[in-house]
Amino acid sequence: MPRNSHWILRRLSHVDGILLALVVMLLGISLAVVVSASGQSPGRISGHLINMGLALAVMVVMANVPPHLLSKVGPPLYVAGVVLLIGVALFGEIRNGSRRWLNLGVMAFQPSELLKLALPLMLAWYFQRNETVLRAKHYVFGGVLLLVPFLLILRQPDLGTAMMIGASGFYLLFFAGLPWKVILGGGVISAASLPLVWGLMHDYQQRRVLTLLDPSADPLGDGYHIIQSTIAIGSGGLFGKGWMQGTQSQLDFIPERTTDFIFAVFGEEFGYLGTILLVALYLAIVVRGLTIAAHAPTLFGRLMAATLSLNLFTYAFVNMGMVSGILPVVGVPLPLMSYGGTALVTLLLGVGILMSVATHRQLNKS
Amino acid sequence: MKRATPLKNLNFELACFQRRLKIGGLFVFLLALGLLTRSFYLQVVQHEYYIQRAESNRTSLVPTAPNRGLIVDRQGRTLAENYSAYTVEITRAEMASLEQTLIELGKLIEVTPGQLRRFRRLLSESHEFETVPLKSKLTDEEVAILAANHYRLPGVEVKARLFRNYQAGPGMAHVVGFIGRINDRDLKTLRENGREQNYKGSVHIGKTGLEQHYEALLHGRTGFDQMETDASGRAVRMLSRIPPVPGKDLRLHLDLELQAVAEHAFGNYLGGLVALDPRTGGVLALVSKPGFDPNLFVDGIDPETWKSLNESPDRPMVNRALRGIYPPGSTIKPFMAMAGLELGLRKPGDTIADPGFFSLPNSSHQFRDWKKGGHGMVDLRRSIAQSCDVYYYRLAVDMGIDRMHDYLAKFGFGEKTGIDLEGESAGLLPSREWKKRRWNKVWYPGETVIAGIGQGYHLSTPLQLAVATAMLANGGTRIEPRLVEAVRDPVTHVWQPQAKAAQQTATFDPANMAVVREGMMDVMRPGGTAAAAAAGARYTFAGKTGTAQVVGIKQGARYDAGQLSRKNRDHALFMAFAPVENPRIVIAVIVENGEHGSSTAAPIARAVFDYYLTGKRPGTMKLEANDATE
Repeated sequence: MPRNSHWILRRLSHVDGILLALVVMLLGISLAVVVSASGQSPGRISGHLINMGLALAVMVVMANVPPHLLSKVGPPLYVAGVVLLIGVALFGEIRNGSRRWLNLGVMAFQPSELLKLALPLMLAWYFQRNETVLRAKHYVFGGVLLLVPFLLILRQPDLGTAMMIGASGFYLLFFAGLPWKVILGGGVISAASLPLVWGLMHDYQQRRVLTLLDPSADPLGDGYHIIQSTIAIGSGGLFGKGWMQGTQSQLDFIPERTTDFIFAVFGEEFGYLGTILLVALYLAIVVRGLTIAAHAPTLFGRLMAATLSLNLFTYAFVNMGMVSGILPVVGVPLPLMSYGGTALVTLLLGVGILMSVATHRQLNKS
Repeated sequence: MKRATPLKNLNFELACFQRRLKIGGLFVFLLALGLLTRSFYLQVVQHEYYIQRAESNRTSLVPTAPNRGLIVDRQGRTLAENYSAYTVEITRAEMASLEQTLIELGKLIEVTPGQLRRFRRLLSESHEFETVPLKSKLTDEEVAILAANHYRLPGVEVKARLFRNYQAGPGMAHVVGFIGRINDRDLKTLRENGREQNYKGSVHIGKTGLEQHYEALLHGRTGFDQMETDASGRAVRMLSRIPPVPGKDLRLHLDLELQAVAEHAFGNYLGGLVALDPRTGGVLALVSKPGFDPNLFVDGIDPETWKSLNESPDRPMVNRALRGIYPPGSTIKPFMAMAGLELGLRKPGDTIADPGFFSLPNSSHQFRDWKKGGHGMVDLRRSIAQSCDVYYYRLAVDMGIDRMHDYLAKFGFGEKTGIDLEGESAGLLPSREWKKRRWNKVWYPGETVIAGIGQGYHLSTPLQLAVATAMLANGGTRIEPRLVEAVRDPVTHVWQPQAKAAQQTATFDPANMAVVREGMMDVMRPGGTAAAAAAGARYTFAGKTGTAQVVGIKQGARYDAGQLSRKNRDHALFMAFAPVENPRIVIAVIVENGEHGSSTAAPIARAVFDYYLTGKRPGTMKLEANDATE
């Protein structure tokens, strides 16, 4: 890297070209769909553009933060997140029947969002620290680090976020070498405890699952979203109805169509070929992310890159699965597609970390 | 315990990690495959199904109700017409508190307790999402007030609706009937007949009278606007339109003024009257007293008013002309006379001696004649003219109940006439077989005796009596009475005469019929029972009076009207046709508790004949027909 080049170029040299290309493609599609889904609302479009600019800037910044510095943020961020979660449990605001929000005076804030990054960072930092002496007790402690925020969020209750955070923690443990017998044993135990979990679930959570099994049972209530979004996707056919031509989308049949249900608009207007392209783009990001992980020089980098890649795809899978009616409706946006600043910034922050791992090849100088 | 050297361990860990990366990649690939499979199922396999669902989501058919056909009398005077009025309607599902809304509405516009009661009854009969009218015929001011307050009254709407107005008043209620709001029972019937689709935009349906019988013609065909609608049901644009086809107009044989004259002639009496054209079966007047205001029913009647109508001892809701069944009394005698002649049991000149009573062989029971001491020597004409009971006691015994039944049945007794109105009664023509079937009892000879003068089991409606009399007038053709004379297509505006109803002709010996007619003319001549009612008529009459007992009179007692309360007094009957040479009108009339056919029923018929044949109005009636009925 030439020392005398302009500082902006130096900063940009940490940006991974492949990832950037994939992200820009997705954001381009997202913009097109938001334009259509919002009915060309200027407010939505400019808001989306601003969010994108902001998130891309955050990505570039993160790409420049060396992994070893990043890893140090893990423990304080994690501790802060858990403390805030406890704060929510004690003083949180109740909205829509669950206690998820912390009122900070100027803004309401969901600490669970923070944990989406803090937990992998914390675990990756922990395993990196104990890299040379990894033993069973480290996995046990890692499990505890995972369970504390997981259970706190589950209690709010926010099943969707808890599962997503649990998944990210699990991916990290998995890549850190969690023994197969533990994984399989855990799988068996959780399968066996499903009836118990069902009993512990809230009415509305049970209803969501039941609605998934038979949306037509309640076509005007819980089933409405699923029915309308599957109609939208299905009616799109192979080639789609064309940009801004989706009747389901344009005539208001799809709820939340710029945010959580944006895939329904996309599926209706761009068809199965569009869906294939979208899934392919996500897969490409994952492949690139896993490649970065494979070549990462440090355990922290490897774990973060692999976990973030899988995580991104998990979000995409859960969202598309819910919109196309194979998963219960949980409030998970479609990564890099849904309208919404917070999610976009968080995601590109993760992509920035991937880039950072990719471009900071030298080992830490201690 | 320490493990092996960290470096070696690290290589091993790295290999392990690489393997797990591949597993992670495989996992993601499988998830992606799952998504693509699901999308393939939705977008390729099930595409046809979902495209249909999307289409039906997008488009909605908005029904447009057709204008209901008009009903006019033979002179084109309107009996039932439509008008548009503003109605305030309430959808309960769209408001937080119904009571609060009603209070608020009460502050804005005047809502009477009757309207409120009616509203609550309609509400209790409808679903939460249905729109129920609270008050109709809003003034312009009320419409303006409601429009200004629309924003704070969710679920309250002002709508322009078509209503039905029956301006001919209570007298025509039994003929024209009324429409009312479509209820669950109507819906079920419509569904069973496959006509439900045609009522998508309709609020009303014919409930009684012509409105009910000619519903299919009057209603018209509902049109549909195919609209593109958004998720909230708002119409975005019209895609296509099938315009509604208005209902057909009906023109009646009935003359509104003739009807008014007949009603007026009843005075304060209750009863029924049917006037037919014996050549066509056209119903010239059909009166059932008392009437009622059909307008009360159009928008739902309030429960109190309904109760008072339904439970009134005068029973205004019963169409007496069609459903009132009375013993025919002496009006049966001309038909008995025809039977006697045709069966060869009597010759016109045969006479009997009437001592004032009749006894069956080996019986001391005396069947009395209405005239104490009897009529002396009586032949057939005289038996009709003076309504000699003993003559017919004997004839009945000679004939026997079986032949009597079969012969009277030729005149349509015991059978529905087939008039174009619903709810007609068949009356009752007794027979040995009927009694066995109905009561499982044998027929007694004494029952035959009284059947000869139209008493006992025999029951008939004024309409049946009119149809039977028409057969005497037209020489034996049994006509199906028809109210509707012509139907007008709303598009071509051409009146299309209705096809004549099926007619049956019975063969009678004209000589026999002439004798019976002579007897009936004698009734109207000096010495006849209804001579007074015919005095001064400028046309010829043939008639017959009758009396129907309301309470049985004990053996040996005499009927004394003074001792009987009004409700127990005999019903008076009269049937007649005129002019005899070329009969143009047949009348059957029953006056409830009118006592004597000659004094109450016959004058009513006379007034109708006078107006129909000569244009003369009763002296006491000074008015236009419409005024009489308001």
